[in-house]
Amino acid sequence: MSRPERDGAAGPTPARALRGMMRRDLLLLSRHPGAWLNPLAFFALVITLFPIGISPSASLLSDLAPGLLWVAALLATLLSLDGLFRDDAEDGSLEQLLLSPQPLPLLILGRVAIHWASTGLPLALMAPLLGVMLSLPAESYLLLMVALALGSATLGLIGAIGAALTIGVARGGIILPLLVLPLYVPVLIFGSGALQAAIGGGNAAPHLAVLGALLALALMLAPWATAAALRISLNG
Amino acid sequence: MWAYLHKLASPQGFYALSVRLSPWCWGLALTLMVVGTIWGLGFAPADYQQGNSFRIIYVHVPAALLAQSIYVTMAVAGLVFLVWRIKLADMAATAMAPLGAAMTFLALFSGAVWGVPTWGTWWQWDARLTSMLLLLFLYFGVLALRGALGGRQSAARAASVLTLVGVINIPIIQYSVEWWYTLHQPATFSVTSRPAMPSDMWLPLLVMVLGFYCLFLAVTLTRTRHEILRREASRRWVRALTGEGS
Repeated sequence: MSRPERDGAAGPTPARALRGMMRRDLLLLSRHPGAWLNPLAFFALVITLFPIGISPSASLLSDLAPGLLWVAALLATLLSLDGLFRDDAEDGSLEQLLLSPQPLPLLILGRVAIHWASTGLPLALMAPLLGVMLSLPAESYLLLMVALALGSATLGLIGAIGAALTIGVARGGIILPLLVLPLYVPVLIFGSGALQAAIGGGNAAPHLAVLGALLALALMLAPWATAAALRISLNG
Repeated sequence: MWAYLHKLASPQGFYALSVRLSPWCWGLALTLMVVGTIWGLGFAPADYQQGNSFRIIYVHVPAALLAQSIYVTMAVAGLVFLVWRIKLADMAATAMAPLGAAMTFLALFSGAVWGVPTWGTWWQWDARLTSMLLLLFLYFGVLALRGALGGRQSAARAASVLTLVGVINIPIIQYSVEWWYTLHQPATFSVTSRPAMPSDMWLPLLVMVLGFYCLFLAVTLTRTRHEILRREASRRWVRALTGEGS
C-alpha cells in the first residue's frame, strides 16, 4: 500500500498532529490511571523494602539514600516502558502512526514527553517524601527533584528505543531491562552523584550539567533511533 | 574493483573466499598463540613487583582488546547492513557476537584471577572492570534480542540498531564510570600507571595480541560460513555444495 495522496491544504500540520496525539495520550492516561499510578506505587514499595532488608538505622540509610532512590526510580521507569508502544501496536493505531505523512520522530517525541510528564515528573515530585523516610538531609530535596526530573527524561528517551525494539517479542518485558539498563548507567552515576556531592558539601552543579548534556544528546538522537526501531519492528 | 567487491559481498563469493582463507587464519592464530604463550609464560622475565602473576597479562590484555574491537566491528557491520542492505554484514555480526561475549567474560575472569595476588580480592569495583562488566551486559542484550526475535526478518535489523545505540553509548558509559570511580575510590593500586614494560615483556604480548586477532578473524570466517549455509540452505548453490537435490 502506498501512502494516500494528500493535497497540501487538507492535511494537518505537524504541530496539529502532535497536539492531537498528545491530547489522545493524556486522555488515555486519565481513563487508565493505573498506567501512571502503578510505577509510583512500585517506587514507594521498593524504597520501603530497603530499610526492612538492610537496617532501620538512620545514618546508614541516609548514606545509601541517593543510590537507593535512583535505582528505584530507574526500575519504576523501566516498569512503565513496556506499555509505551505495545497497546498501540496491538490495536493497530501504531501502524496508522507510521503510515501518516507526519514526521515520526516528532510524534515519538510527543509521546515520550507525555510519558515523562506522567511517570518521570510524578516520580520526581514524590521523591522527597521517600527521602524523608530514608532520612535524607532536608537541604537536598530540591536538588533531588531537579536531578530526577532531568534524568528521568533521558531514561524515557533511551527506554523508548528499547520499547520499540521489543514490540515484536511476545514477553518483551523480560528482555527490555537487559537492553536498556546498561545504557542507564551514566544517568544513574551522575544523578546519584549530584545528591552525594550536595550531601558531602560539594558542588552539585557539574553533575546537573552533565545530566543536562545527556538529555540534550538523547533528545537529538533517540527519537530517530526509536523511529527506525518502530519501522523495523512493524515491517519485519 | 567494484565488481570484485560486489562478488565478495555475495554469500556465495564470500563462502569461496572463506574456504580458501580460513585454514591460513587458523594456522596463523594457533602458531602465534602457542609462540606467545610459551614465550610469555616461560621466557619473559618476572615482574619485579608482581612476580610471576603479571603473566596473566598475556591472556587478559588481548581478551580485553578483542572484547571492545568485536563490539565496534559488530556496530560497523550493523551500519553496513542497515545502509546498504548487505546480508553478509549481518551474518558476520551474528557470527562474531558470541565470541565477543566470550572474550569479555575471559577478560573479566582473568582480571578477577589477577586481582587476587595484586589487590588481595577477586572483585574490585575498578573503573575498567566495571565498564567491562557493562560491556558484557551490552553483548547479552544483543544476543537476547536476536534470540527473542528468532529467525524473523526484523531480528537482523533490530539487532543492528541496538548495536549502534550501544556503540554510541560505550564511550559515554566508560567516561562516566571513570568519573564515578575517581569520585569514590582513592587511587589504590593502578595497573595503568605501571612503568613502561621492557621489550622482552611486551614483545610476547604483541605476539599474543596478534594471535588473538587472527583467532577472531578465523572464528568469524568459519562461523559466518556456517551462518551462510544455515540461512541460504534453500539456494541452489548450497544444495549443490551439500550434495542435496540434483
